[in-house]
Amino acid sequence: MSSGSINWYKYAAPANFYPLAGKMIPWFAILTALLFVAGLYVGFFVAPTDFQQGEAYRIIFIHVPAAWMGMFLYVLMAVYAGIGWAFNARLASMMATAISTTGAIFTFISLVTGSLWGRPAWGVWWVWDARLTSTLILMFLYIGFISLQSSIDDPRRADRAGAVLALVGVINVPIIYFSVQWWNSLHQGATIRIADKPSMAPTMLAAMLILLAACWMYSIAVVLVRVRYIIREREHEAPWLAEAAA
Amino acid sequence: MDWSKFFSMGGYALYVWGSYGVTLVLLGGEVLMLLKRKRDLAKRVSPPEMEHRGSHLETSF
Amino acid sequence: MFGWLVWRDLILAWRRRADVLATLFFFVIVVSLFPLGIGPERETLKTIAPGVVWVAALLASMLSLGRIFGNDYQDATLDQLLLTPQSTYMIVLGKTLAHWLVSELPLVIIAPVLGLQFGLSENSLAIMVLSLLLGTPVLSLVGSIGAALTLGLRAANVLVALLVLPLYIPVLIFGTGAVQASVNGTSPQAWLLLLAATVVLSLVFAPWATSAALKISVE
Repeated sequence: MSSGSINWYKYAAPANFYPLAGKMIPWFAILTALLFVAGLYVGFFVAPTDFQQGEAYRIIFIHVPAAWMGMFLYVLMAVYAGIGWAFNARLASMMATAISTTGAIFTFISLVTGSLWGRPAWGVWWVWDARLTSTLILMFLYIGFISLQSSIDDPRRADRAGAVLALVGVINVPIIYFSVQWWNSLHQGATIRIADKPSMAPTMLAAMLILLAACWMYSIAVVLVRVRYIIREREHEAPWLAEAAA
Repeated sequence: MDWSKFFSMGGYALYVWGSYGVTLVLLGGEVLMLLKRKRDLAKRVSPPEMEHRGSHLETSF
Repeated sequence: MFGWLVWRDLILAWRRRADVLATLFFFVIVVSLFPLGIGPERETLKTIAPGVVWVAALLASMLSLGRIFGNDYQDATLDQLLLTPQSTYMIVLGKTLAHWLVSELPLVIIAPVLGLQFGLSENSLAIMVLSLLLGTPVLSLVGSIGAALTLGLRAANVLVALLVLPLYIPVLIFGTGAVQASVNGTSPQAWLLLLAATVVLSLVFAPWATSAALKISVE
């Protein structure tokens, strides 16, 4: 390796990652704030009123990004957990645990906003369509992962058990989604025909994507903060963490 | 800018502002939970001098 | 060795047959609760029957999962088993088979009797039995993953339900889909094939995940 390149592997050690994360957090926080302001501005003051749904459609600017974050973060969580398990890399496992809370919160937001959007758009508070039902099941998967990790005292067992569960979950998600699609088509007559998202004007898409970026920046900031606390909680015996003089 | 029209959101104020309100409460709550975690940690574990130590320590992972 | 394992579990289950029977009675009672809660109207019962029987089967399975590894874990037999040269995969497969024979098969056998309570036709009852016959192995196989992950934890029973019920959803959908199709007069073939595919997939992958989980929980 040339002398100019960075040895990235050193950041896999919690001791080295901790200060790096600390430096990154303020930047992500600033980006979060800027992007949220920009996205909300475009969403509320630039995007036009929808022809079919009036002003109610503006909920999608947060509902869709939240739903996507819930899904992306679950996959990311499973990937980190898998890496932590396969390579015995503690920091990767800690990242998985740090991500789980944020992913669960976004999934919950997506369920609530989905319901609040459904009422004006289709007249009911809840519909058992493939998307919402799959999001509900994703919520259960998050709750399972978080509960399992909370119930295990030994951190390494918690890490590895979580990894098995998350990987089993991630493999099952397509199967679950597929089966829910089938289930939905079987009962099509009974359910209300769901109108899809309104056809998107460019400004609507822009607002949604800007807010998606905002949610990503937020997630990174929050996960980095949380993983630093996890590091401190788990490594508090370690000498590098002690207040003793260098 | 017609603010009353903005706040009423075409009659859908409950749903639209409710959605963004719930989001704000939940994400804000997450941040507050992290602040609480920081305080709990400060009580339990002395704040470390990690900022200065990081780069020259190469512990295995 | 495999045969011995299965036989051993069967004998142990026979010694604790009260536990096993309790699960069966739970299944019967839960199924009977629904007409009491919803009303005896014939058409309604026919509509809800597939779902009710299947959900009750899921819940009854949940209750029995702790038994797959729990008893052996408590008296340290599990540690011994894992130390033998026998592959953990085969040990898991053996125990899962024993669990299915003891906890799931009785449900399959008694289900048609319960189905009669709901006014299902003979044809639909046959499909119901077939769907349960195909689906319950998946309940055992996937359930054992949850059982292995939660070994020795407090409130393991509730936790296992939380972990495993979302994973059971495809089997639930395919199983009830098959019976529903029969009730409606359409062909249940597609659903049954999906169930069969699920069994095959579970047979291949689930014991592997369970072995990994066992090693994680036991060390």
